[in-house]
Amino acid sequence: MDARNSANGGAGWDARMIDEIVAGLAGKPGALMPVLHAVNERVGFIPPEAVPAIARALNLSRAEVHGVISFYRDFRIERPGREIIRVCRAEACQAMGAVALAAHIQARLGIDFGQTSANGDFTLEPVYCLGNCACSPAIVVGVDLHGRVTPRHFDEILSAIAPARQPR
Amino acid sequence: MTAVVYVPRDSSAVSLGADAVAGAIRSEAASRKLDVTIVRNGSRGMFSHEPMVEVGAIAGRIAYGPVAAGDVASLFDSNFLAGREHRLRLGVAGEIPWLKSQTRLTFARAGLTDPLSLDDFVAHGGYRGLRRAIELGADTVVAEVTNSGLRGRGGAGFPTGIKWKTALDAPAAPKYVVCNADEGDSGTFSDRMIMEGDPFVLIEGMTIAALAVGATQGYIYLRSEYPHARRALSEAIATAWSSGYLGANILGSGKSFELEIRLGAGAYVCGEETAMLESIEGRRGMVRFKPPVPALEGLFGKPTVINNVVSFATVPIIIERGAESFRHYGVGSSRGTMPFQLAGNAKRPGLIEAPMGVRLREIVNDYGGGTASGIKVRAVQVGGPLGAYFTESMLDVALDFESIAARGGVLGHGGIVVFDETVDMARMARYAMEFCAIESCGKCTPCRIGSIRGAEVIDDIINRRRPRENLEVLRDLCDTMKFGSLCALGGLAPLPVLSALKYFPGDFGLTPRDVDFIGADLTISAPGAASTHAIAGR
Repeated sequence: MDARNSANGGAGWDARMIDEIVAGLAGKPGALMPVLHAVNERVGFIPPEAVPAIARALNLSRAEVHGVISFYRDFRIERPGREIIRVCRAEACQAMGAVALAAHIQARLGIDFGQTSANGDFTLEPVYCLGNCACSPAIVVGVDLHGRVTPRHFDEILSAIAPARQPR
Repeated sequence: MTAVVYVPRDSSAVSLGADAVAGAIRSEAASRKLDVTIVRNGSRGMFSHEPMVEVGAIAGRIAYGPVAAGDVASLFDSNFLAGREHRLRLGVAGEIPWLKSQTRLTFARAGLTDPLSLDDFVAHGGYRGLRRAIELGADTVVAEVTNSGLRGRGGAGFPTGIKWKTALDAPAAPKYVVCNADEGDSGTFSDRMIMEGDPFVLIEGMTIAALAVGATQGYIYLRSEYPHARRALSEAIATAWSSGYLGANILGSGKSFELEIRLGAGAYVCGEETAMLESIEGRRGMVRFKPPVPALEGLFGKPTVINNVVSFATVPIIIERGAESFRHYGVGSSRGTMPFQLAGNAKRPGLIEAPMGVRLREIVNDYGGGTASGIKVRAVQVGGPLGAYFTESMLDVALDFESIAARGGVLGHGGIVVFDETVDMARMARYAMEFCAIESCGKCTPCRIGSIRGAEVIDDIINRRRPRENLEVLRDLCDTMKFGSLCALGGLAPLPVLSALKYFPGDFGLTPRDVDFIGADLTISAPGAASTHAIAGR
């Protein structure tokens, strides 16, 4: 499954797709997390309208499913931007300029953490450690991990990945 | 003749352009009509030189680095395939002092082999531990692990053998083996490097554990931030399964063991073992009360051995060579080697496996070479986001469980993050509370509310709003969190705060006298009525 395609949100979703995903995983012990990951990856987010079907298939209450979705940072309930940019905000990256880098990225994209740009091009998310701490500061753009990122380096990455979607 | 070129597939190397380097080598070789085989090895962990390209026979591989795609044509021009001179030439990889001076037991194969080749793994000593474990039998294996002195490398440092013995003696069935691969501490990447660079050793270690305690199902709880590790592990598990190292009747032992990866979803607290179990079971990652301990009532209420990636990955060499060979290294009750991870503002960061008891100064100065920025070292955080900060003058502390605890810190998962003189320690202290607030599971009040109040109170102190009174509030708050939290998240979050206060009071606009209630071991003296007024609000 290509996370970038799903993150790009090209494919829509329907009830049958959700049913298929759930049916394929429902037999696993503790199936809810694998199910939510699969929906999140395939659709790009977990549509609130899909929650009743997931709950029914796994013999859980809607509240239980909602509780799990809301607990974990990975699970989105809204369609993200076509390009998801995740910036590490943890100590090792802070030691190498992550605070200034994050400010630059926010200014460049014109959005804060947790926001999607108005035209739906970019979503900016915080992440707390990518395990790239020997090459900090680190960010992920789409599915690609980048290390020792400077503001200038970020601008280059941005023009390379989305020439048609430069923030204005 | 085919020349073999090694280009790491490690995600840190990839984050610095290793894929582009591999691509450039491939196309340059093709255009020069040279026969080149590219092996995507793991990383040796010397990240100042990644992407580090190696050529030649395994014993005398010549390293070049750091290589950018733009350097590749000139490497060919210099005939690097024959190991010739080039401005990026580092010499024989294994002879580079930074690597040669290490004691690599757990990381013996990292960077040498093709991580996804079972043949390569076996050719370099892989699965000797499992074969010996089958000969020895369950009781002897557990005794060997106990006698080795191995303590959990994930953070808590609990003796591994005791956990195994408890699970072995538990009558209930089925039993589980769960690997905690939710490596969330900033400054740590040793688990990631094992999973990406030598995944079979983790599978082997978990299989030995399963055979030893009588478990039939295993799970690796892997953080979602590690997609490269997920791919490497998935492929390695499939290969091990189809080759008879997993599944039914492993190596003719009559024992079965199945292994599955379960993904985390971005919650730091799921690195706490009981929150992790909740997550695997499909619930919010809320910490459980203990007892019962997971070894007796763990996953789905059944006996469960839970260890960290590095702990499991260290078991095969212990079983293969015997407990004494591991015990030989280390000091006091901290035996063996530890893969330390040097990160942040270090000139030569990376994976440094050394005997327990190595001096922090040796890691930061000798291996690390000081800061990347060239500015003086000011603070070093040991043991992840919940670990204490140390000053430059404290670097002679030995890195073992007891020595770090004597200074009030924790060794944790072995992460070491370096900061230079530009760091604002009041801001780092505030961040520790903020991080705890973001990641708290919310089950216990000291952690859930205390961390939010902690960040507010630090803000007040920094902004000179009744600093003395607010310092008292912070003191009581730290005391309450330390002693009243359900797990290490709330319980240890005061450590970075108290150490920052004690060693860097000026950053908070305070004097050393103001913080003399904090002892040399970071204990809080005379906390008074520690609790209610701290969280009652402003």
